[in-house]
Amino acid sequence: MKITLASGKGGTGKTTIATNLAYLLSKDKEITLLDCDVEEPNAHIFIKPTWTDSYTTYLPIPKVDMDKCIHCGICGDSCQFSAIANIGDKVLTYPELCHGCGLCMMACPTGAITEQNREIGTVELGHSGNIKMAHGKLRIGEAMSPPLINAVKKHASEDGITIIDAPPGTSCPVIATIQESDFIILVTEPTPFGLNDLKLAVGMVREIGVPMAVAINRSDLGDNAVKEYCEEEGITVILEIPNLRKAAQNYSKGHLIVKEMPELEKHFSGIMASIEKELSK
Amino acid sequence: MKIAISTSGTTLDAELDKRFGRAEKFIIYDLDADTFEVIDNAQNLNLSQGAGIQAGKTVANSGAKAVITGHVGPKAYSTLGAVDIDIYFAESGTIQSLVDDFKANKLTKATGPDKDGHW
Repeated sequence: MKITLASGKGGTGKTTIATNLAYLLSKDKEITLLDCDVEEPNAHIFIKPTWTDSYTTYLPIPKVDMDKCIHCGICGDSCQFSAIANIGDKVLTYPELCHGCGLCMMACPTGAITEQNREIGTVELGHSGNIKMAHGKLRIGEAMSPPLINAVKKHASEDGITIIDAPPGTSCPVIATIQESDFIILVTEPTPFGLNDLKLAVGMVREIGVPMAVAINRSDLGDNAVKEYCEEEGITVILEIPNLRKAAQNYSKGHLIVKEMPELEKHFSGIMASIEKELSK
Repeated sequence: MKIAISTSGTTLDAELDKRFGRAEKFIIYDLDADTFEVIDNAQNLNLSQGAGIQAGKTVANSGAKAVITGHVGPKAYSTLGAVDIDIYFAESGTIQSLVDDFKANKLTKATGPDKDGHW
């Protein structure tokens, strides 16, 4: 089962909940944790895995053999991303726009276009206790994260529980992360900004069509509007964590808050049961 | 020689459209024959990326050897540059006044893009 932590607003506590939940669940079974925020992975700061493997991932981009090119322009006309264009007697390619779909290579009538690689980033694999971890580190200067996110997602557990920490927001990297999730927990804070972005995230998850619930972090500050919204929309709030300075202090030191403050465990207990209940609806 | 001018209209009184990649239309003016044609650029207005490249392709295919516009981003600049199409910047003006300015060498040639992508 793949459970993804996502949010609208950034900084609401996705990684906090993902890492602490993974840690608690790992006390009696093997858990896989995937950090799909490949632009700035941070789950490893709390899990502190021993890294065992890493590999580079690439995107196939076009390489044009001008001796074979007949300047028909079909490559550019086919490309959805303007990454290749026949202009005059030149064929221009824009690797940074290329999504690696391979259509230009298929469309070229003379086979003038072959693959070369653009480095996207690195996948790193490790473990800590019962937690198997994978994350991605996007190449500095690379704008396109979904291919690396998809590479990280390949390390999801076949038959066990995988916790996935998504990037913030509702754009392409998040969509790529939440695809094929079995359940999504949207993490928010009870403030106007939190609510605004939660609504966007709910809209996104509904489009993708995955069951969801909400977690309210720092739940005793702010206002009641998030809870009212969830009630109106029929979305279950399955987790609330109070605002605690000591939790923030521990977080800032890279500590798992449930390890340092066992009294917080009770907020997390019953999450899996709640998720099962939601899925049975 | 033909020149392309980014514009919002279809006549010689039409105003300059300061954007290149997402200009509404291009007027391709034939300086030798003093005739012109209008090419629509609407298909590029909603592109998520590559508008400058597509507009550059349109202009190159029109036979124009120079462009008059308000601004160009980096991909528009490199696309036009790859086929030696010069870019001239103008603040405003009608097609007719810009053609006259071009003939009188009053316009400044671009030496690089003057805007970031997606500006």
